Amino acid sequence: MSEFVMPRRQLIARAGGLAATLPLLSACDAINDAPAVRKILSMGEEMNRASQRALIDRNALAREFTRADLSPIFRANGTRLPAGAAYAAHVARGFADWRVAVTGLVAKPFSLSLADIRAMPQRTQITRHDCVEGWSAIGQWTGVQLSRILTAAGVKDSARYIVFRCADRIGDALYYESCDMVDARHPQTILAWALNDAVLPIANGAPLRLRIERQLGYKHAKYVTGIEAVASLDGIGAGKGGYWEDRIDYEWYAGI
Amino acid sequence: MAEAETPVAPSAPAPLATVRVYRHRLPTRIWHWVNAVTLLILLMSGLMIFNAHPRLYWGEYGANFDRAWLVIGSTADSGYLRIGSLRVETTGVLGRWTNAEGVEKTWAFPGWATIPTSYNLADGRRWHLFFAWVLAISLTLYMLWTAIGGHLTKDLHVRRSEWSPRHIWHDIKQHARLRFPKGEAAARFNILQKLSYIGVIFVLLPLMIATGLTMSPGINAGAPWLLDLFGGRQSARSIHFIAAWALVAFFFVHIAMVLLAGPVNEIRSMVSGWFRLPPERKDGA
Repeated sequence: MSEFVMPRRQLIARAGGLAATLPLLSACDAINDAPAVRKILSMGEEMNRASQRALIDRNALAREFTRADLSPIFRANGTRLPAGAAYAAHVARGFADWRVAVTGLVAKPFSLSLADIRAMPQRTQITRHDCVEGWSAIGQWTGVQLSRILTAAGVKDSARYIVFRCADRIGDALYYESCDMVDARHPQTILAWALNDAVLPIANGAPLRLRIERQLGYKHAKYVTGIEAVASLDGIGAGKGGYWEDRIDYEWYAGI
Repeated sequence: MAEAETPVAPSAPAPLATVRVYRHRLPTRIWHWVNAVTLLILLMSGLMIFNAHPRLYWGEYGANFDRAWLVIGSTADSGYLRIGSLRVETTGVLGRWTNAEGVEKTWAFPGWATIPTSYNLADGRRWHLFFAWVLAISLTLYMLWTAIGGHLTKDLHVRRSEWSPRHIWHDIKQHARLRFPKGEAAARFNILQKLSYIGVIFVLLPLMIATGLTMSPGINAGAPWLLDLFGGRQSARSIHFIAAWALVAFFFVHIAMVLLAGPVNEIRSMVSGWFRLPPERKDGA
């Protein structure tokens, strides 16, 4: 026994100074930052995306709950109030002039007012929202299925992704996100204007936010002003398909 | 695992001859070391992900306004861990600690325990979700090999006589007295070893993978029964956390046993496969 105790004590004594742990920790971080390592690790995202697409029915629904299951308070995250006079003016007018532009690879580009959107067939769903941070909240959402808007606009076959443009500026850019056509045409993917039977609160993305129920929260673009059909994500932001994807390497596919 | 290189004749043991047995076959050794690296990375990157929301809940939902059964938090000058109504001050280790540059931080787990060492959820997830694949694939292959290659029936199978409470109690007492099997008996797994290895391979590791998948909104749509199995996404997250610490507990007991039973011989056997049988005790115990 004693032959183990001594060296261990010496080890602990040596590691006691915080400075002694510095080289080891920085070596770990150097591995984390190495481009080759990052490239290998990011294969995990592609494996998750490919396996989920291959094994799960493309139209499989996220679980829907009952009103008894609702979170008492639905937590807001990210932007809670978009800055700037333009958004404030929209708030003052009750979003009466808010428009969502449908552009890109579509036969008929057009824009929709909130009244237009509310006049379309509606879908209400009680679903669980999962933040990438780990928390979950259950809320009831009402809005129009994105697939109806895409069909009305006549999305071309060359379109492979749908990009969402938003009114909230975080740091240097307006928020943006994107998804593939499978999630874009999924029955539960809606542009929601109501949460828990009330008009969508500003903190949750008023007047219009995306619900993309099989992915994590950062994909659910809030304050949506534009829907753009594109063939590639190369020209969008830095090319990774979303605000956080481009800035801090969140995975584009957020189904896990 | 008990292929003796030198024939062992229990009736007439050569007093000084070292008896070596081929104890661990190649798949076991490869899987062991792949796991050692994989589980360490999964634990440390998992602690990083936990730091993003250091609260655990039971049920389907759970966020800041909901009751958490476990919280690692901080006050103006201290860090704490709260489990239920039990609160423990953890300043310096959890909730409030000083990083390698001497800067005070209030993330739940300290930088020396996480991958990467400073808060970065995107990178933590990247390590975690890549090595989760390594774990899942290697575990699946190893389970198949234990079943097909005979490891399960020959070495891990608990015989009827071993299930007797007397036998198990005897083994617990022997372990508590640090009296480990000697001679030929050391070439076989004892009942406590069998139960721990079966528990890790067939219960804990599959539980880690299943609860991990239950946190995936994509998997939830394809396999909603997982939500029912674990009682909701936040319950799955809590079970994932608890099972991770059960694996850490296994690790510490495992290391303690290796150190007590003879670290050089034990580690060498997990590298080369060959294990030197400890000589029989004189008192015959």
